[in-house]
Amino acid sequence: MSDKQGVLGIFSYLDATLETVRKLKDAGFNNLRVFSPFPSHEIEEVMDEPESIVRFFTLGGAMLGVACGVGFTVLMSTDWPISVSAKPIVSLPPFMIIIFELTILMGALATLLGLLVNSRLRRNAPKSMYDTRFSVDKFGVMITCSKDGVKDVEEILNSQGAEEIKIDGV
Amino acid sequence: MSEQNTLTYARVNDDIIRMLDKPTFKWWALFLPTLFFVGFGLFCFIYQVYSGLGVAGYRHPVFWGVYITDFVFWVGIAHSGTLISAILYLFRANFRMSIYRIAEAMTVFAVLTAGLFPIIHLGRPWNFYWLFPYPNQRELWVNFKSPLVWDVFAVSTYLTVSALFFFIGMIPDIAAVRDRVTGAPRKIIYSILSLGWKGSNWEWLHYTRAYLFFAAFATPLVLSVHSVVSWDFAMSNLPGWHTTIFAPYFVAGAIFSGLGMVIMLTVPIRKIFHLEDYITLDNYDGMAKLLILTSGIIGYAYGAEFFMAWYSGNPAEWGQYYYRITGEYAIFYWIMIVCNVVIPIPLWFKSVRRNLKILFIMSIFINIGMWFERFNIIVISLSHGFDPAAWGIYKPSWVEVGITVGSFAWFLMFFLLFLKTLPAVSIAEMKEILPVPKKEAQT
Repeated sequence: MSDKQGVLGIFSYLDATLETVRKLKDAGFNNLRVFSPFPSHEIEEVMDEPESIVRFFTLGGAMLGVACGVGFTVLMSTDWPISVSAKPIVSLPPFMIIIFELTILMGALATLLGLLVNSRLRRNAPKSMYDTRFSVDKFGVMITCSKDGVKDVEEILNSQGAEEIKIDGV
Repeated sequence: MSEQNTLTYARVNDDIIRMLDKPTFKWWALFLPTLFFVGFGLFCFIYQVYSGLGVAGYRHPVFWGVYITDFVFWVGIAHSGTLISAILYLFRANFRMSIYRIAEAMTVFAVLTAGLFPIIHLGRPWNFYWLFPYPNQRELWVNFKSPLVWDVFAVSTYLTVSALFFFIGMIPDIAAVRDRVTGAPRKIIYSILSLGWKGSNWEWLHYTRAYLFFAAFATPLVLSVHSVVSWDFAMSNLPGWHTTIFAPYFVAGAIFSGLGMVIMLTVPIRKIFHLEDYITLDNYDGMAKLLILTSGIIGYAYGAEFFMAWYSGNPAEWGQYYYRITGEYAIFYWIMIVCNVVIPIPLWFKSVRRNLKILFIMSIFINIGMWFERFNIIVISLSHGFDPAAWGIYKPSWVEVGITVGSFAWFLMFFLLFLKTLPAVSIAEMKEILPVPKKEAQT
């Protein structure tokens, strides 16, 4: 067992939540998670996380789609060449449609994979540190800290008007 | 949106999740007849498979009839869902927030319906998979230069991407339902569907980016799919089909009919589930303005087609268009003009755009008009081609009518199930447009 401890503060107001995060960061607590019922740019700004890497999944998937599209159409057409009205066997204009559709398809599937890998599999909060009100109207700040730091964290949460504080494993 | 100021976050959850309560008598009264008509459509299809395609009204020279009309109609209906969810998302048009979930559901179910028709239209429907490129014993591949193969790629990509977009948009809302419901089966199902969503900043960060990329992919996709469908016709050398304006003309028509369907579905839902605070008159005003735009584009396209046929000096081309307005099928042509161009004209007035009864009735006419537009393009062109000796008349049979009615029931069946199982209005996005609760404001 590690000596890490989870502390969760529950808030009703967004500004109080943001201020709590600022205070915690100033006090040196950087292992934070914020829960909210909707996406908020303000939370994103105050958390200052690195840019999402989902975009690389999207780009990779789209490029794979282009490759598959070109591969499918060109290789299959040349595998059994049927000449119709003396038209070229490898004819890019009609193939572009297949390439385009496969780019979108593979890009979208890779985006889904990126989303699942990055947000779900990372297990960003233990079950005990989740409150069902986060999907309704409450905001939450979860801090992972050493056992010694719990008191300081609690103090900051209380000073910002946390309505409820949960401590995991105590 | 001033009407939404009375809403709170908690009320949004209450109101939307309440829609998933046990089905009422009214719901069953609608659902059971729907099932009956789905069954009737299935019976017609089995009868057709058993007897052969002769029982569909196909006669020389018309071998694309009501089934292909239905296919184009349903693909068209599918389009405005993505328009509302993806294109308006990229443009940050807030009026989409309350209606986009319903529009997306409509998209997925309409593509599911559309996808059936090319298979129903096949003489040997069990061989439909021949359209996919797969290694087979004859070592043959599909012809990538054929518009029908483009269709397979475009429609299957569209179904996959729109279904994923629909599902991803719903994840946070399914989590909200999961947190609310009690009882083992429902709790377990919603827990699995929510993929363990907790609403943390880390999840939102990736989620919002992924959603943006989906929207960015879906936007060109939606334009490409109906363009590809239009090329099924435009690539053929037949008067009435062989024209370069088909792609934009079809896309505008698709958005027009799809918006008509969104209005047709949301007006009763809004009343039955008391969603007046969510789906506001401003939302309808925005959709009605889009109807004016798209009605104008297709009205212009109808005129441009005629002008080009006359100005080209091509007797076959002009003969086709003259036949459309004066021939045996002229009544359908004029129904199309009245429904799609004349009836939407009053939408220029704000009072009409905000009158839901008028909008609802108008949307029914728009869908009738758009169905006949596809019928006219497909059937009239085929029945009056280059060679007068090969002209002929096609009349749909009861089997085709039965399958068409069945397809509407099939669509409605999915939609009714959706209303009772998944949140029909986006809970998370509705909260985005409500005022944020601030401590400062309280003190």
